[in-house]
Amino acid sequence: MSDATPSRTIKIECLRYDPETDDKPRFQRYQVPFTDDMSVLQGLQYIKDHLDGSLTFRWSCRMAICGSCGKMINGVPQLSCHTFLREYYPRTVRIEPLNHFPVIRDLVVDQSRFLDHLETVKPYLIPKDDQPLAAGARRQTPAQMDRYYQYSQCINCLLCYAACPQFGLNPDFTGPAALALLHRYNADSRDQGWRARREVINAEDGVWSCTLVGYCSEVCPQGVDPAHAINQNKVNSTLDYFGILNLLLPKGDKT
Amino acid sequence: MKRSNEPLFWSLFGAGGVLSALIGPVLIFITGIAVPLGFLLPPETLSYTNVLAFVQHPLGKLALLTVIALFLFHGCHRMLHSLHDLGVQTGRRATFGFYGFATLATVVTAGLLLGF
Repeated sequence: MSDATPSRTIKIECLRYDPETDDKPRFQRYQVPFTDDMSVLQGLQYIKDHLDGSLTFRWSCRMAICGSCGKMINGVPQLSCHTFLREYYPRTVRIEPLNHFPVIRDLVVDQSRFLDHLETVKPYLIPKDDQPLAAGARRQTPAQMDRYYQYSQCINCLLCYAACPQFGLNPDFTGPAALALLHRYNADSRDQGWRARREVINAEDGVWSCTLVGYCSEVCPQGVDPAHAINQNKVNSTLDYFGILNLLLPKGDKT
Repeated sequence: MKRSNEPLFWSLFGAGGVLSALIGPVLIFITGIAVPLGFLLPPETLSYTNVLAFVQHPLGKLALLTVIALFLFHGCHRMLHSLHDLGVQTGRRATFGFYGFATLATVVTAGLLLGF
């Protein structure tokens, strides 16, 4: 935080909810003095430190890399450390927990829906054979790396899940980040896991629940394009459905 | 996990989408504007004899069937998914209704075309 003395005060409205004592969520309004370099997260921290210690929210790195502090800020899923109060002044900033997830308390959501989906896509390299260490590294050309690199940048912040209307309608949908990570491994030349992951792709609740709204890619703070990953796999799933994919896959991947 | 039959309908939807994007506007232009107004094309382009000859030729039949069937599957798929997006519950009945209509209309079109 800068040493400058705050000259302006912004209104921040936070959703408050404790499922154990409250019947329904309510909004609480705070007056927060701020400087131009203060993020929305710093605004929340100011409230917690000076105005109301009971306000609960997640955060960690403050520099848009840990993926902990995602919130709905004026209705848009964003990392609160990556969004600045000055952009909203003189309007009120309304902060809510991420859409489409159950609220544990105040701005904290239960992420287990996503974690369950993440587990199903086997988000790790599945090599064809156990290569001995003596064989050295599995080398990759820059072109091969390009095929998956952007998808490996996901920080599991769940903004894309909060953005996805299909996940909102059907929480069984595997969802943008998990499917993008699935593609990140399938597209890796060192991985031969298509067979192990095909069931998830081909399922009703896999790529076929996506209707290419594309908002997931728009809100991603890491420049990942989950909508593209999912739609590439609609093609793969279709080729698999008609039995054509077998002819196109490299030997180790044959189903 | 339940395997989806969506690839079948998605392929028809995709094929219909490509076809309608490529020739939909020009078809509207020819049949709806150019010929009726005699603009660029003479009005007898779509005269009874011309159209009958077109429908009687095997390639003409194929072209008409392709355009009608794929446009229908594209439109029905789009409407079915739009209903879902609007929050309307689309179960088996809606799916059968939309795709069934497209299938039925395709079969009827094929039958009519064979009759000429």
